[in-house]
Amino acid sequence: MKGLEELKDKIHEILPDLDLVIGWEQGYDGLHATPLFIKTPEDVDRLIIGPLCVHNLATYLPGLKDKKVGVIVKGCDSRAVIELLQEKLINKDNVVILGLTCDGVINLTKLGRKIGSLGAVDDVKVEGEKLNVVIGDQQHNIAFSEVKQDKCENCIYPNALVFDHFIGEPVDRVENVGAEHQSLSDFEGKSFDQRFAFWKHEMSRCIRCHACRNACPMCVCRDHCVAMTRNPHWLSQENNVAENWMFQMIHVMHLTGRCVECGECERACPMDIPLMLLRRQMNRGVREVFDYEAGIDAQNRPPLLTFKVEEDNISEREW
Amino acid sequence: MPVYDGKELRIVGFLCNWCSYGGADTAGVARFHQATDLRIIRVPCSGRIDPLFILKAFQGGAAGVLVSGCHPRDCHYAEGNYYARRRLELLKRFLPVTGIDPERFEYTWVSASEGPRWQHVVQTFTDRIHKLGPAPLLSEPLTDAEMVEFQRQVEAGRGCGCHI
Repeated sequence: MKGLEELKDKIHEILPDLDLVIGWEQGYDGLHATPLFIKTPEDVDRLIIGPLCVHNLATYLPGLKDKKVGVIVKGCDSRAVIELLQEKLINKDNVVILGLTCDGVINLTKLGRKIGSLGAVDDVKVEGEKLNVVIGDQQHNIAFSEVKQDKCENCIYPNALVFDHFIGEPVDRVENVGAEHQSLSDFEGKSFDQRFAFWKHEMSRCIRCHACRNACPMCVCRDHCVAMTRNPHWLSQENNVAENWMFQMIHVMHLTGRCVECGECERACPMDIPLMLLRRQMNRGVREVFDYEAGIDAQNRPPLLTFKVEEDNISEREW
Repeated sequence: MPVYDGKELRIVGFLCNWCSYGGADTAGVARFHQATDLRIIRVPCSGRIDPLFILKAFQGGAAGVLVSGCHPRDCHYAEGNYYARRRLELLKRFLPVTGIDPERFEYTWVSASEGPRWQHVVQTFTDRIHKLGPAPLLSEPLTDAEMVEFQRQVEAGRGCGCHI
């Protein structure tokens, strides 16, 4: 991500007309960025962009629907904005989109495995393909590609797809076009029983903290989520494998044809459950059957809100 | 005579009121022999079926789930089954990643007059599920000892142990 000064100038320019601009700032240590809500010109100085800026800030937009909001987005985040616009969950007139170009963001779990402890990181710098992590007087040099988030591995949308102001020079990732994520084909090497056992184990670790739901830009129901309702009573409060599994199934089903694979669910998960596997599989189906990808064009018709009398890719099975 | 007498598996069927439920009735009135594993749930239209119904059935330990509605172009509500077809097809393609064999789930179309077809669908699907065997379970069923304890607590008026 480049163009911090250009971005700051732009925010200074547009801030008077807006209630706030959402960006990132340095968190409590050198390793964590945290969302920044810019309301005054002084706040702009705290803005950072870079590989620590993992959060998809589009998640805040539906909750700020009635405010004039500027939002800084990476390529993947911009797809969430498009999807929200498409579903009329936000109003374009109230949103100013500052688009970035992105070289990938860091997965803290992967980084933690590399350097042991994430406790006392003072600084993280990216120099080309190298990541320099400073812990006290220790220096760790790590290949950036090894600690990138999974979603960055086959990213084909590094540039914001929708923007009012684009910052920096667009890059392309044509080499990834059509590439399916490695995790999916790896997982397919397992038998059904192994897969079932895998999820049973993963769901036994789920603490149902709802971080996956709260971080998801498409989960806009908030307090009206069906996982919380008593009527219909989809889920009880019991914390067991079956209930956790059902919760995740609800999340996947309600993202069918809407999920933009921003990976926020998996990033937010404190237990590191590979939730994206489920979403990638569902999106593969959407792609194969409807030749559709969510969050590309706000004018597109979502596949489950329409139909064809003769479907192109659904064959009627004979009995 | 039920085909799998005493060895039935639990198969859940979601049938639309207007066609498939009528088709099942036709098959019954005509006294066609069919497997008895299927438990039918009648819904107003196949468009009423939320894919979560099917997943919930699997969560509860169903060995198979069958959905049947009106043939395309024959929906009582004109277009409910077109929407259903899209959802169900995606569900079927999603299931492999969960480890549930997609063969355990099927959707089809049976009209109210198609008694023989209904018999064929039920028998084919039931046979298929019996080849696959009981479904993998997310939660282990209670052991005999736990059932006895459960019974004891209920008789003592305390409800089950997990809710005291």
